[in-house]
Amino acid sequence: MKNAAPLELHVPEPPARPGEVPDFGWLKIPPAGSVARPDIATPPNEMRGHAYTLIRVLDEQGAASGPWDPKLDAETLRRGLRTMMLTRAYDERMFRAQRQGKTSFYMRCTGEEAIGVAQAMALDDRDMVFPTYRLQGLLIARGWPLIEMMNQVFSNTRDRLKGRQMPVLYASKEARFFSIAGNLATHLPEAVGWAMASAIKHDDRIAASWIGEGSTAEGDFHHALTFASVYRVPVVLNIVNNQYAISTFQRIAGGEESTFAARALGYGLPALRVDGNDFLAVYAATRWAADRARTNVGPTVIELVTYRASAHSTSDDPSKYRSAEEPGRWPLGDPIARLSGHLARLGEWSEERQARLASELDSEVLAIQREAESYGTLASGPHHRPATMFEDVFKEMPWHLRRQREEMGS
Amino acid sequence: MPKKSFRQAVNEALRQEMERDPSVVVMGEDIAGGMGAPGEDDAWGGPLGVTKGLLAQFGRGRVLDTPISESAFIGAAAGAAATGLRPVADLMFVDFMGVCFDQIFNQAAKFRYMFGGKAKTPMVIRTMYGAGFRAASQHSQCLYPVFTHIPGLKVAIPSSPYEAKGLMIQAIRDDDPVIFFEHKAMYDDEEEVPDEAYTIPFGEANFLREGEDVTIVAIGRMVKFAREAADQLAREKIDCTVLDPRTTSPLDIGSILESVRETGRLVVVDEANPRCNMATDISAQAAEQAFDALKAPIRMVSPPHVPVPFSPALEDEFIPSVEKIGAAVRSVMAAPARRAA
Repeated sequence: MKNAAPLELHVPEPPARPGEVPDFGWLKIPPAGSVARPDIATPPNEMRGHAYTLIRVLDEQGAASGPWDPKLDAETLRRGLRTMMLTRAYDERMFRAQRQGKTSFYMRCTGEEAIGVAQAMALDDRDMVFPTYRLQGLLIARGWPLIEMMNQVFSNTRDRLKGRQMPVLYASKEARFFSIAGNLATHLPEAVGWAMASAIKHDDRIAASWIGEGSTAEGDFHHALTFASVYRVPVVLNIVNNQYAISTFQRIAGGEESTFAARALGYGLPALRVDGNDFLAVYAATRWAADRARTNVGPTVIELVTYRASAHSTSDDPSKYRSAEEPGRWPLGDPIARLSGHLARLGEWSEERQARLASELDSEVLAIQREAESYGTLASGPHHRPATMFEDVFKEMPWHLRRQREEMGS
Repeated sequence: MPKKSFRQAVNEALRQEMERDPSVVVMGEDIAGGMGAPGEDDAWGGPLGVTKGLLAQFGRGRVLDTPISESAFIGAAAGAAATGLRPVADLMFVDFMGVCFDQIFNQAAKFRYMFGGKAKTPMVIRTMYGAGFRAASQHSQCLYPVFTHIPGLKVAIPSSPYEAKGLMIQAIRDDDPVIFFEHKAMYDDEEEVPDEAYTIPFGEANFLREGEDVTIVAIGRMVKFAREAADQLAREKIDCTVLDPRTTSPLDIGSILESVRETGRLVVVDEANPRCNMATDISAQAAEQAFDALKAPIRMVSPPHVPVPFSPALEDEFIPSVEKIGAAVRSVMAAPARRAA
């Protein structure tokens, strides 16, 4: 049969371009507290709606409500706030250090701090995490020393990765933080494999992994979901939907016709779509998924809806592809401001304390930065010796590398 | 003649071929710049700005931002090429080809053969390679030897802006899949490049200088280094031929052998890791086919057989240097002359 009209290719269009008024009308935001909290044993096909809604606890006035409220005590909330603020202070200092030439590259997680921090707090410190970049909050929340992170960013003589990895692609065996890959999505099947091993060994630790919404287009994402489903793997798979894959908005990643959380449904996995800037909702959803994994019920996919408030990296200028007003118009606000507002509403926090803490944290980060710089920066050195590049290629250095190292004269 | 950068040369080749032939389309991650802006629609133009301006001129139907799925956009390019479209797919970093191995090696490379000669796959895969960009081991590999190994693939590795434009236009017009390697440390290199479209045929080596003492064969960015080394060596009265094969598939081994027969000495410079790279391949062919002409052992200049480190202090030592090329040439000159049999 002949087509009535010639075939046309559909290319998703952005809701607004630079120079136009940003529009987030497409994001449907249900009232805080309105989404039901199913039992963790609920069959995935009986909670499909959770893939299309938005789990929220904190409302616009800072009040917490509904079944997802984790009812954390004020001390825990203040710890979460402090860790998010420390993450932001660290980011700002490292961003400036890059501008001063002390490192070549940096990526801030501004506006996404609740994700790493609340999730690290909801997981057990012994659980293994397989993050993508922009999850420095996970490491910081686990108490991994900032000095170690800075040494990596400056690629100095104390860098435990020995000058081999790009800045911010951290790894820490002690913090149970898997090496962040420069390529995308590879760590999801690895997280699934780690969790399968945990189940095979009858261990009690689970794994969690994070991927950007853009990278869900990679095959590895889908392969990981297949395995997670088939073996009911004790893993939590998080999709951080921050609206952008460098310059490419999320509709190009497949967000126009469905949600990213809904990807899980075809694999028979439960999905939670969560307000990623709501510390309490992120904590509660992660806890739900972790409990599910830890009790042999199975894996969960969580979509964390957030907004990349800063550039992709120090090599990117977002004003070229999105309106400068856009970050200010993001309807889910800022995670730090929202948690701080909530604490204030509870009578457990104040603007003065907030300002004092911000200044204390900045001084703390600056002092650590001075120490890190004393071990060297990318610009000034000292660096690891070139001969070290021959180490760790194999367990034992083969003769051909030994010879090449000698030829290098070091 | 106007001076143009490597980046401009590739951009101009793409633009002129898109103007000439409506079946040429470009696709890849971030090549149009997602959101874009009116007038400055393609604010990004690819990770290093090579495709800038194409979206505004040719529109969203011919300049496609793709989801982050190398398997899908390389596979889609192969499928589209089978209809006669001429897609130029941007694989960004060649390191990412691990994701789409199957589409390239088992599909695109073999369509013509497996269809009994009745199909063609006129696609180009543009990709960035090489160290020196402070991008660590997962964004700095060369990998062209891997593609050269596969029958059915053509592999172009331009050594300058002039070469880039002529080889890109040839690649787009070619009816076989071509992997086009762009060194990320070369985008700002400048030289005279004609405004009009021109092609450089595949499989014809370029002699950059001719000398009687030593033949230096170099690949991609190493051609520039080899030329510099040859200039220095000339002051020491060592007279080198510098030869750029331009494409490793097809490889102009005839010109290499001819030159080796004249000089009797061969140094091959290759930025790829030293096992099974272009240096070992070219050396083996020279040893097999021109052994009788060799006055000294062949020397290969390659990096150590380790992943590319991030730290500039380490990475700079990793990359073959003008000094290392000079030392290799001096060593083949110093080798005792072998008596002709």
